[in-house]
Amino acid sequence: MKKTKDMLSQDGNRPVQQEFPKRNHISEYPTGPGFTAGHLAEINAGWRVFKPVIDLEKCIACYKCYMVCPDGVIFKQGEKEVAVDYDYCKGCGVCAHECPVKAITMIKDERD
Amino acid sequence: MKLDNSKKLFVSGDEAVALGVRLARPHVISAYPITPQTIVVERLSEMTEDKSLDADFMHVESEHSALSAAMGVSAVGARAFTATSSQGLLYMAEVLSYCSGGRYPVVMMNANRALALPWSIFGDQSDSLLLLGSGWIQCYVEDAQEALDMMIQAYKIAEHPRVLTPFMVNLDGFILTHTYELVDVPLQSEVDEFLPPFTTPNKMSLENPMNLGFSSTPADNLEFKYQQHKAMLDSLPVIEEVDAEFGDKFGRYYGGVLESYQTDDAELVMITVGTITGTTRVVVDKLRDAGKKVGLIKLRYLRPMPEEALVEAIADAKAVGVIDKDISFGHEGTIFTNVNSALSKSNLNPKKHNFICGMGGRNISKNDIIEMYQLLEDSVNGKDIPAVKFINLNTCISEKE
Repeated sequence: MKKTKDMLSQDGNRPVQQEFPKRNHISEYPTGPGFTAGHLAEINAGWRVFKPVIDLEKCIACYKCYMVCPDGVIFKQGEKEVAVDYDYCKGCGVCAHECPVKAITMIKDERD
Repeated sequence: MKLDNSKKLFVSGDEAVALGVRLARPHVISAYPITPQTIVVERLSEMTEDKSLDADFMHVESEHSALSAAMGVSAVGARAFTATSSQGLLYMAEVLSYCSGGRYPVVMMNANRALALPWSIFGDQSDSLLLLGSGWIQCYVEDAQEALDMMIQAYKIAEHPRVLTPFMVNLDGFILTHTYELVDVPLQSEVDEFLPPFTTPNKMSLENPMNLGFSSTPADNLEFKYQQHKAMLDSLPVIEEVDAEFGDKFGRYYGGVLESYQTDDAELVMITVGTITGTTRVVVDKLRDAGKKVGLIKLRYLRPMPEEALVEAIADAKAVGVIDKDISFGHEGTIFTNVNSALSKSNLNPKKHNFICGMGGRNISKNDIIEMYQLLEDSVNGKDIPAVKFINLNTCISEKE
């Protein structure tokens, strides 16, 4: 059994996606659909047209964006910075709309 | 009324359930009252109020919420109880499959009651039989003592590591829920020895955090369903073990998945589920006195379906009758379908007849059951008896000239 700390990112702030490997025998399946970070099965960013970009010079670390993000992809980094996990951000723009100091801008996502 | 853990108490079926539940020490009871289950919930709320039961009583706004809450309780590794009946059970239906698929061993008491329309508060088994495929273990009891005892056994079976499947204990509405009998109440200390605290790998925990009840793609869904099916099949030997252990400790054995009565040399065998067993047993004695080779099989569990034990018990019977207090409209009684399927997979080929009766609280008398045995005998003697027959209809149903 993995320790909790081994399933978090290096700074301990984010759960790390765990691979749900193919089981060779039914007895190796979890009892019922329960698995560590098992719901984050695949990277899902393709719905996004615009992406939020945080201006850390303006950011006052109020964490309102963290609170309102419907997908839980905004997280604390270091002492007071916030960051976006772009692997799962759907680009809804709620964070930019709610930011009290206009530190978040939605810009066209130029992915392939 | 205060219910003490005295050795003997004169109580109703509902009160016997409450006594059994208290002895099983659930952490949370979440239930919504519905006739004829209400007294179970009333007594348990009184027990939590007077502190004779150390549990939280959750007042919920519906049956859907009642089972959702109970499932949440189970998902943090605590012991949950709920109770319902009829329309309430159907309102829970969505959560039934959530609970079984999530492998949360909630125990529920269901008071078997007719389904609307016509609206009726009286008893039949249409409600639980409609939900046979919901992934819950379904047990049917005959009397108040068995009801009390099965509340204790239910937790032990449901929480077994090989099973981890929710458990429904069914009592016939009014005929059992509202009739009184003397029951033996086990000692709390002995129940504690028999039923240890619940442990499960499948729970929310700070030591081992994980997603619970997640979605699965077509790549894994079938495996989870197989696992659930396997757990239900694996409960068959567990049911036998737990019943034997219960009998050794408390002196009452129920025969595990089924009880056979006078079947050894029986030519005509009736299959009964629930309280009608008691009446049928009296009829068997009466017909035996008259020299008829009759017997009965009390089918205690319908899920898992104890096919092997059933076929073994039927053995060389020439005719099998199935009493169904339900009808799957346009087909036949649901218990009959299940019994028939078990027989068709075996080498046995007795005459098989389904008797539909007792729906919406219609009384099933000893004479009705004597008539059923007579129909079985007539069938063996070559008379043309319909496979599915309504018993004791109050009107003529033959086509008008």
